[in-house]
Amino acid sequence: MLTFIFRRLLLAIPTLVLISLIIFLLLDLAPGDPLANQPLSIPPEVRQKMRDALGLDSPAYVRYLLWAKQFFWVEPLVFVDWVIGTNFSEGMQRIVSWQFRSPVFDIIIQRIPQTLWVVGLAYLVGVLIAVPIGIISAYKQYSWFDQIGTFVSMIGFSVPPFFSGVLMIVFFAIMLPWFPSIYDTTLVVDDFESFGQQIRQMTLPVMVLALQTTAQLSRFMRASMLDNLNHDYVRTARAKGMTEKVVLLVHVLRNSMIPVITVIALGIPSIFGGAIITEQIFKVNGLGQLLITAIYANDLPMVQTLAFIFAVLIVLCNLIADVLYGLLDPRIRYD
Amino acid sequence: MTDTPLEPVAKDTSARSQWWDVWDQFKTHKGALFGAAVFLFIVLSVTLGPLLWPIEPTFIDIRARNSGPSLAHPFGTDQLGRDILARMMAGGQVSIAVGLTAMAISVLLGTLIGVVSGFFRRLDGALMGLTDLFLALPLLPLLLVMVMLFRESLSRSFGPETGTFILIVSAIGITSWMQTARIVRGEVLALKEREFVLAARSIGTPSRRMILRHILPNVLSPIMVSATLGIATAIITESALSFLGLGFPPDFPTWGRLLFDAVDYLQQYPERVFWPGLAISLTVLSVNYIGDGLRDALDPRIRGR
Repeated sequence: MLTFIFRRLLLAIPTLVLISLIIFLLLDLAPGDPLANQPLSIPPEVRQKMRDALGLDSPAYVRYLLWAKQFFWVEPLVFVDWVIGTNFSEGMQRIVSWQFRSPVFDIIIQRIPQTLWVVGLAYLVGVLIAVPIGIISAYKQYSWFDQIGTFVSMIGFSVPPFFSGVLMIVFFAIMLPWFPSIYDTTLVVDDFESFGQQIRQMTLPVMVLALQTTAQLSRFMRASMLDNLNHDYVRTARAKGMTEKVVLLVHVLRNSMIPVITVIALGIPSIFGGAIITEQIFKVNGLGQLLITAIYANDLPMVQTLAFIFAVLIVLCNLIADVLYGLLDPRIRYD
Repeated sequence: MTDTPLEPVAKDTSARSQWWDVWDQFKTHKGALFGAAVFLFIVLSVTLGPLLWPIEPTFIDIRARNSGPSLAHPFGTDQLGRDILARMMAGGQVSIAVGLTAMAISVLLGTLIGVVSGFFRRLDGALMGLTDLFLALPLLPLLLVMVMLFRESLSRSFGPETGTFILIVSAIGITSWMQTARIVRGEVLALKEREFVLAARSIGTPSRRMILRHILPNVLSPIMVSATLGIATAIITESALSFLGLGFPPDFPTWGRLLFDAVDYLQQYPERVFWPGLAISLTVLSVNYIGDGLRDALDPRIRGR
């Protein structure tokens, strides 16, 4: 198992290098000039010096290697310094956002909590709703509950987040003013009132994201349960006189959770992608919104770094899913 | 869309081909039948509707702006007095055209890569590596970046409408072929072990004819299913891009663009977001049901049960 993880980690490195190269080459075609919004009164020789300082005129491979060095060497060092208070990274050039004129990672660190709160909570809520729905739908196949569940999950599949989100705003923020439609990032939670406020402003985006997760996972859960319910061991368990509850929730559920858990792990990156749109609707000041504004502002270092972080997430979650699959299912051997 | 494979067989009644069986099975799936009807209705109203509804989608009647539903404008008008019904029909044409074209590109690419990597063992490793690489790419951010980068230059060379269309269709096509390629490859690998392939090979069939004659017809069903579902994803992706403001220009509406424009007036005219959103959702829902029904109908293990 350990060798498998090690081998997969080694394999992930060339993949990630290739992906970062692809992203870089794509962005390299961008027509924008990072100095375009500087005052015109700057003399040309100063402008040239600024270009040199940003390394804009050097060939593409130099800029790529510089970015790679900054991402894989300087930024981890900065992190180490920040954790244990050393100063290894002193004087080193970090990845600087053209838009904010401060290190990209400082801004990302500021934005991560909002995204994690909204996206993470939504994913958790979605999973917690989807699993029971899947179990009941499979156990009572073709019952009215199953029919409704299938229909609702089909709707969750088909209604894109930019429509469900807007609909939620129309119903629950405009017609019935229960929840705010805009996420207030500056809210400080220090007492019960502000905590309630925080819950209320998170409700709508979490609901939108959770609907999608639920739709996908409950269908998968149902299929996996149905697959297992016809196996011989279920009959054996019933023949031994186990109660239906034990058969269903211990024997069948544990077996059908194996593929579902890997799907849950695989879905984490896509929920971050979906969060791009949801954050835009509810004005959540998170990573997705940061990416959109960076794309609009032609902030290439920011776009490059964020896109690469998303790619790292995808590769890591794939790896986690594979490892989990092997850990949970003794029939799978990675030798 | 679903009826296309059925049309040629409808003419020859002498021999009962497998497509009749498929149709018989498809008919039993109520959701799929209903979905096909809804999709047909949407396509017809979007293509034939403008013939019956004379108002131009770009006609500006500034005195009738922001009017509610009335006989002259059943869906009301927008902030410039353009008729929303006419814009919905024009937007639907573009949305569905984008969905169909992007699906065609992605299915073509996916089938090509899937068949080649399943059939030629030497290319398998490289092509599947490429597929895995594409699956690991953060697609939505890259789509946004691609649209931002190439919109200007393509608009300049092909005009704003055609340029954006080409860009969005190819961007969606290039980023969504991987699932099809994987499914097709799996099927081809299984087919290669079958006796009829061995027989065809033993009489000296060249690879090209082998693929076209023996392999492709047998992998048609998974391709058709993923093509159907591909329409839905393409429509959603295009709407998402338009919704983020990186899609079609405002005077060339799609459903996603109409939704995006309506969000600005959410406080005053909340009903305006409803129609484009409903159109997108209904189209995607019906296409998904069609795909579900097709999957069941094309599976010989389920058929005839």
